[in-house]
Amino acid sequence: MDTKVLWIGFTDGSGMLEKPALEALTAACTIADGLGGELVAAVVGGSAETALGQIGGASPASVTTVTGETWSAPRYKTDAAACEQVAKTTEAGIVVSAAGSRFSRIAAGLAQRLGGAVDTQVTAAKVEGGTLKVDRWFYRQRMIGTIQRSTRPWVLSVAPGSFAPCAEGAVEATPLEVATESRTTPLGVEAGTSGAQTIRPDADVLLVAGAGWTKKQADGEVHVDVAADLILDFAESARASLGSSKSMVDLASEGQAVLPFLTHLHQIGQTGASPRHPKGLATCCHGEEPHAVGWRFINERRAINTNAACGWAQGKADVLYVADAFEVMRKVNERLK
Amino acid sequence: MPTTYQIVVCGGIVPDPLQSLEPVMGPTGPALKNEMMLPSVLDPWAWHALFEAADLAKRHPGSKVWLVSMSPKAKLQQVMMGLAQKVPFELVVVDGPASGFADAVETAAALAGAIEGIPDLDRSKLLLFGGWQSASRGTGAVLQMIGEILGIDEQFQGVDKLTVDDSGGLEILERIEAGAWQKSRCAGAPAVLGWATGELPEPPNNPQIGMQNMRGIMPALQQAKPAALSGEGLSYDSVESPKQRRETRVETEMDADAIADEIAAWLKG
Repeated sequence: MDTKVLWIGFTDGSGMLEKPALEALTAACTIADGLGGELVAAVVGGSAETALGQIGGASPASVTTVTGETWSAPRYKTDAAACEQVAKTTEAGIVVSAAGSRFSRIAAGLAQRLGGAVDTQVTAAKVEGGTLKVDRWFYRQRMIGTIQRSTRPWVLSVAPGSFAPCAEGAVEATPLEVATESRTTPLGVEAGTSGAQTIRPDADVLLVAGAGWTKKQADGEVHVDVAADLILDFAESARASLGSSKSMVDLASEGQAVLPFLTHLHQIGQTGASPRHPKGLATCCHGEEPHAVGWRFINERRAINTNAACGWAQGKADVLYVADAFEVMRKVNERLK
Repeated sequence: MPTTYQIVVCGGIVPDPLQSLEPVMGPTGPALKNEMMLPSVLDPWAWHALFEAADLAKRHPGSKVWLVSMSPKAKLQQVMMGLAQKVPFELVVVDGPASGFADAVETAAALAGAIEGIPDLDRSKLLLFGGWQSASRGTGAVLQMIGEILGIDEQFQGVDKLTVDDSGGLEILERIEAGAWQKSRCAGAPAVLGWATGELPEPPNNPQIGMQNMRGIMPALQQAKPAALSGEGLSYDSVESPKQRRETRVETEMDADAIADEIAAWLKG
């Protein structure tokens, strides 16, 4: 039991597994190989036919499906029931899934039901001397730890971008009937922002907009409308994802001029997200280490602001351009069109 | 008859986010350097949860809010001095570690025990609130586990909005990927809601609420039961701050055209 590794994937509305699910499958393979154990898989969702064509590269010893209208949308009670029954049926010692919103909603509850332990947002896994060790961040990406547990089952969620996606291939599956009902009815998905979608997890570049965009400029005036156009133009031209500092999204509650399309969903940093993108461009951002954790997982980083000594950039960005972001971004946008 | 709620908010304390944090390995595992000296605040997302709870209770007269916290009681007392002036609540204290390195399983068991010990708590009206993650451990695990221990299997995480309709039904927005919300309707309490930012601004200080709260806070701190977490089954090989410091090229003389050329080439490359 201790060396049996169960991977659980949730399908999306079209019956497919998204990239983070396939990355978590690679993590599960790595763990099973390292432990000399067996990998088993389960697919949960409205349907699983397409997904079964995506996971063959992992060569799971068995595949279980829990499908139907009940699992077509995320919901704690029904998702937890499905995963609990699969985990108990397979008698897995390690349970692995992607740290998306769907599994994150149930991971700890599942561990509690199984009498096990849980660690979320795992960024690395290795087996040394027959012992599984995983890495995860603590104190909002301020420090990283390597941990091991003797408790089993051990439920792990894998942070997106931490492993390469598993190779595709087809597998056969055995359906599992799960009886459950819930007092909750999923009603659908709502866009978090009005207008164009500006949070793009798969984008190559993250644009971080800081509070400086809403401050008085060289002419002594505030130019929020111009700032909004420049930022949205860039997000569209570069197909960038948009993030903002906490101070930027807090301005609204302080009665100051704001960029209306930025919400707490865009917030990165200590009390926001730490997204993963290959490149990041920070504009008009200021602050020290606690705020800069928002781009902990950005590989190449550049910044534009007017302070050469800014703690946001010094030692944390590869390049800092000391310049007027309004002028520079206008010219960057011209070049990207 | 209007719906009333018994709202239990779980929230620990964490170091002030503006503090520099450095991990140290001790005989019992990792800790923060000078941890007891660091100024603390209520965990940011639990802070939002508390304000949402107070607002909900205000809109549903007859409802009540408890704040259940496992923290070192001396440090919790300091945090309460400011927090008590914000919204009305009754404090329940478990005197235990607020460390991000403590195990979620043991923390959840201690907090669930404290909630089960609240006199006359009507479980049929219970809404269990808290932050969807902490700013310390950050697993998003404890609230789910408490819910399971208390037998509440309608749970929501990353909540930004809760609307109660005339029949007592709960309409909930949970954060999901790509800046969107999952919208769900739950038939009513009991339920677990792990809050993200919510929608409410920080309430202003109200000295009257502060005095009212403090009458209960000091006895609660004095009566706090200790929780000794064993850490059994969990061990740390290492905990360290990332030391990587980038060699930042600072460009002070480039004109806007040259910078734009360079950034555009970098983005396309």
